[in-house]
Amino acid sequence: MIQISNLGHKIGGAQILHDITTSFPKGKLTALIGPNGAGKSTLLRLVGRLDPLQQGEITVAGHDVSRTPTEELARVMAILGQQTAIASRLRLSELVAFGRWPHHQGRPGADDRAKVAQALDAFALTPLANRFLDEVSGGQAQRAHIAMAFAQDTDWLLLDEPLNNLDMSHARALMARLRDLIDTQGRSVGLVVHEINYAAAWADHVIAMKDGRIMAEGFADDVLTEAVLSDLYDAPIAVGRHQGRPLVLHHA
Amino acid sequence: MRPMPALLMALCALMLASLTVGAAHVDLRDIFSDPQAMLVLLESRVPRTVAVALTGAALSVAGVLIQALVRNRFVGPDTAGTAEGAALGLLAITILLPSSPLWLRMIAASLSAMATTWLFLTVIRRLPVREVMLIPIAGLVLSGVLGSVVTFIGWQTDLMQYVGVWLMSGEFSGVIAGRYELLWVAAVAAGLAWFAADRFAILGLGDQVATGLGLSTASVMRLGLAVVSVVTAMVVTTVGMIPFVGLVVPNLVARIMGDNLRASLPVVALSGAVLVMACDLIGRLVIYPYEVPAGMILGIFGALLFLWLLHRRPAHG
Repeated sequence: MIQISNLGHKIGGAQILHDITTSFPKGKLTALIGPNGAGKSTLLRLVGRLDPLQQGEITVAGHDVSRTPTEELARVMAILGQQTAIASRLRLSELVAFGRWPHHQGRPGADDRAKVAQALDAFALTPLANRFLDEVSGGQAQRAHIAMAFAQDTDWLLLDEPLNNLDMSHARALMARLRDLIDTQGRSVGLVVHEINYAAAWADHVIAMKDGRIMAEGFADDVLTEAVLSDLYDAPIAVGRHQGRPLVLHHA
Repeated sequence: MRPMPALLMALCALMLASLTVGAAHVDLRDIFSDPQAMLVLLESRVPRTVAVALTGAALSVAGVLIQALVRNRFVGPDTAGTAEGAALGLLAITILLPSSPLWLRMIAASLSAMATTWLFLTVIRRLPVREVMLIPIAGLVLSGVLGSVVTFIGWQTDLMQYVGVWLMSGEFSGVIAGRYELLWVAAVAAGLAWFAADRFAILGLGDQVATGLGLSTASVMRLGLAVVSVVTAMVVTTVGMIPFVGLVVPNLVARIMGDNLRASLPVVALSGAVLVMACDLIGRLVIYPYEVPAGMILGIFGALLFLWLLHRRPAHG
């Protein structure tokens, strides 16, 4: 599991996270939800050691994030930040192949190539494998980055708003793929998600954040309630049910 | 299309031509019977040909590296303050230790080039990421400021002649045996970069992805900085700065082959050698038997190529 204790973080004098203590359970899909600026991405970036820790402690499967060598962490967790415009001109197959780099450090074996082919296939990228990253659509580039994180094949997978740029069918396919990793291979996933119904439909565990603090956490059914969500987003929100899962409606 | 064999053939042809072109007549068929021809060949033509090829190859590779370090395609070792840094180091050691041995001068030039390139990297880190054109502009400004410092010191100390050789358009007419061998150091440094090609390619994907894949970005940056600085310092000291090679060759190759550096670096090196070789030959032929510096020819072709590149892909950095 991922254990976070007494985590505080400042960016340019502003306190982004206030003394956060929580955990992501192993073998579950954990969704971080909350309004813009709640500190969800910052929390995920700190777990993924994309930003240095200022205060507090984080362990991922027993590895202290601030002390474990970064190349060792890359074999324990894969993290995908929010993509900014990247000028790099790689073919999609080459990008996804770099997901195996933490395992082979430049000398890929048959196993590595098989996993890359598998990841390309899983995200319907095989027909685009030879296209350059700067010549595909935003959604296709996003899928290629997710496929790279998949190819990394780690016990933990952390994704910051992976549904950005994805259409409904690819978003659903991604969530189903994550579910499959968890249910059949015992992997664990943490993700920041804005479209709350994806959390409602697929997540086991939900952490609701607001203003750098955790407002509620627990089973999806317990957190995604009208009271919690209306308070979280400062807006009247209705929660119905669909196929045994909560269904969140913004037009209450 | 296989670029490597085509480029190799082009380079061989150009190198052969380079061996035969010059004020003194050398017929390659008579070299074993004509000691004079053999002397010209071994002392002047071969060193010059090798120097041109090494310079083009090493500068192009340095261009790829600096572009990966700053994640911007419109930067080269001649617009990142590197060349001026090398000149500054040379000037300093010439003034402070006039009788210093060559190796010490090389070290001074390399270290100083490293310091100014590091300054450039520090400056651009504070620039907004989305403003793609700010990075090359910052590089030009920094190069300009450093260049003026070098020129000022050069005037004050009566060393303008040296400064001119280092920073004005580079040329190869002074290359003879015994006076170009440092370029091998540049070539070896560029060759070392190939072993870390994957790391530079991953670095080019951004800090987030690089960290996520467990790459120590700081150490890759240091390696890149060292290679770019050593290459540039060796070229500046031996033949003077050659403009545009490190800028246009990486762009042209990336358009065709992309940024998988393990595959593309050898092509970059060969293309750079071919381009500088061709420009040197043109410079030697246009007003034969006199010469126009290869750097000047490159300035013309390079600027045109660069304008074309700018025009073709304005949206990508």
